[in-house]
Amino acid sequence: MWKMKGLKRKWGATPGAATTSTAMDKEYVGFAALPNQLHRKSVKKGFDFTLMVAGESGLGKSTLINSLFLTNLYEDRQVPDASARTTQTLTIERRGVEIEEGGIKVKLTLVDTPGFGDSVDCSDCWLPVVRFIEEQFEQYLRDESGLNRKNIQDSRVHCCLYFISPFGRGLRPLDVAFLRAVHEKVNVIPVIGKADALMPRETQVLKQKIRDQLKEEEINIYQFPECDSDEDEEFKRQNEEMKGSIPFAVVGSCEVVRDGGTRPVRGRRYSWGTVEVENPHHCDFLNLRRMLVQTHLQDLKEVTHDLLYEGYRARCLQSLARPGARDRASRSKLSRQSATEIPLPMLPLADTEKLIREKDEELRRMQEMLEKMQAQMQQSQAQGEQSDSL
Amino acid sequence: MSELVPEPRPKPAVPMKPVSINSNLLGYIGIDTIIEQMRKKTMKTGFDFNIMVVGQSGLGKSTLVNTLFKSQVSRKASSWNREEKIPKTVEIKAIGHVIEEGGVKMKLTVIDTPGFGDQINNENCWEPIEKYINEQYEKFLKEEVNIARKKRIPDTRVHCCLYFISPTGHSLRPLDLEFMKHLSKVVNIIPVIAKADTMTLEEKSEFKQRVRKELEVNGIEFYPQKEFDEDLEDKTENDKIRQESMPFAVVGSDKEYQVNGKRVLGRKTPWGIIEVENLNHCEFALLRDFVIRTHLQDLKEVTHNIHYETYRAKRLNDNGGLPPNKKLCTSLKRSGEGFILKCWEQVSHRQLVLTSDPSTNWGCKSSSRTGG
Repeated sequence: MWKMKGLKRKWGATPGAATTSTAMDKEYVGFAALPNQLHRKSVKKGFDFTLMVAGESGLGKSTLINSLFLTNLYEDRQVPDASARTTQTLTIERRGVEIEEGGIKVKLTLVDTPGFGDSVDCSDCWLPVVRFIEEQFEQYLRDESGLNRKNIQDSRVHCCLYFISPFGRGLRPLDVAFLRAVHEKVNVIPVIGKADALMPRETQVLKQKIRDQLKEEEINIYQFPECDSDEDEEFKRQNEEMKGSIPFAVVGSCEVVRDGGTRPVRGRRYSWGTVEVENPHHCDFLNLRRMLVQTHLQDLKEVTHDLLYEGYRARCLQSLARPGARDRASRSKLSRQSATEIPLPMLPLADTEKLIREKDEELRRMQEMLEKMQAQMQQSQAQGEQSDSL
Repeated sequence: MSELVPEPRPKPAVPMKPVSINSNLLGYIGIDTIIEQMRKKTMKTGFDFNIMVVGQSGLGKSTLVNTLFKSQVSRKASSWNREEKIPKTVEIKAIGHVIEEGGVKMKLTVIDTPGFGDQINNENCWEPIEKYINEQYEKFLKEEVNIARKKRIPDTRVHCCLYFISPTGHSLRPLDLEFMKHLSKVVNIIPVIAKADTMTLEEKSEFKQRVRKELEVNGIEFYPQKEFDEDLEDKTENDKIRQESMPFAVVGSDKEYQVNGKRVLGRKTPWGIIEVENLNHCEFALLRDFVIRTHLQDLKEVTHNIHYETYRAKRLNDNGGLPPNKKLCTSLKRSGEGFILKCWEQVSHRQLVLTSDPSTNWGCKSSSRTGG
């Protein structure tokens, strides 16, 4: 068993670190320190995370975000009245904030969708949202295929918290339509807002109804991954419990309530009692925070990159490679390039032609190099086989 | 010599008002027993009350009506374990019950509107509701102009419409405004904030203020309407209700829990029990007192004297009153009074039938009410 080299001196207690002595130093290579190096690098680099919140207005979205990240992101917000909202169309708003905790910096971007589900006629009101998500993918695809890839800004939406009304009887037609439109493009975590409207039994029934509806409509929400098999039983049990409480029934609050005698808690004070936001018997806020921020932040990013973005990329490239590509511009581009070219995704007209051509050149050169290398490898493989058989 | 004959004074067009004699009564006559006589009559005949509930599904409409009348008068559209789909268009479901209290019988009809505001596109989803209300007026009108009228015309007109506002905490939704704009001229609308146990006291009062302001800015007159206050007493009482209490923030429940030794209707949560009839918790008691204990008769009167009259006037006006019919004129010349009366009634009845479909929107298109 390879043991940790004396890194204990530098990084403090690492899980399962055994006490080391200089005698052991001679025996071990020490690449088990790799995770720590990665950790150090990523801490330096910082994390960025884009979270989208969607749902009808008045479900406590902003309050919940403020509670989750303990910041007031919505200070300057003006909520327009009903007559103004009659003619309003859905807009996409982005808010950024840098949060630092324990030396780790997170650049959090919040994407808000005010006006969703507001008007009398909400047909296709989810299209701007879908377009936005795809635009981020497109931007990333362009950056990835570009020249300077050192500082790609990842503005892709890593997670979408979709708020379901506690007053309905499950998912409404609008909810279903929205979820269907985005579930293959972003990690969706359904959440029941203002859950203090419900009695415990009502919450259970509503959750079950939503789960059944999600299954019936074949909507793929974000699946929290299984625990590793070597985790302890308690952790596994906790994890299962958390997964079972999806959709999370949450209550948000930034106000601290001081009930005489008891310790101050964040909550909402009513005449009949106080709802404690961080009390697991009152709502699932803690579960949501744990799963979203503490344990699965990185996984959300990975799924976005490995699954959703790749899916988008494949679809995009496939549609261009198809012979019946309708776009005249892309067809002309394809004809200009040689057959060995990797077809680029359709760039918006704002980009200059020169930039496009430069990138084309770069790609052609890279492709040629790749082919040469492949040929060389094949040759050396063939030679190796010959020498083996001898 | 011709005497100047004074021109005969023209008969007054309006009969002179009877002079009221404010004399001090010398003894007890017993006029005030009329109240008791009316009460006895009402108890014998009973009375009708039709209440309509409108709002998105899941806002607790049926529960609230059941709580109001302390009986299962409204079947809950989805009592949590039943599978019921949201209807694609707004349906109108009227269910009647007879409730009795203290010897007084009330025929209560609850009109539910499932499907309102639940679709993705809710354009004009209030039209079926408006059509229903106008149909009831039409029914009543037909009965009224009948030759052989029933002694007591069955009253299916909607006396009161409870509109359920979702407790978003921000303001009204565009759909709420649209509905109330169209229907406040046709029926008595009482806006109600549903499931008010999601708002703290401060949030509640802020929200109510904002809603009141929005309704005012948009010219929506909910019941009790300012223009129908009869006297100062009414006005002050109603002003207080209009400016402070309405819209009522209510919570409904049909389950009882034990609180301080008493059994109360409420909702039990891990952080406390919400008592429906506790004024510190919600305004259900105010709504109940308002609708049932103080303004029930007024709701019916306003419906009959104002909303129905508006509808009737519009219907008759749009025919140009009762037009002269050539055939009728000749028959009038020939026959006696009885025949005239008969023809008159028949013509008027037929005219009403022949005119345009009562389902056209009478109340909403014209923004001004025909004078009283």
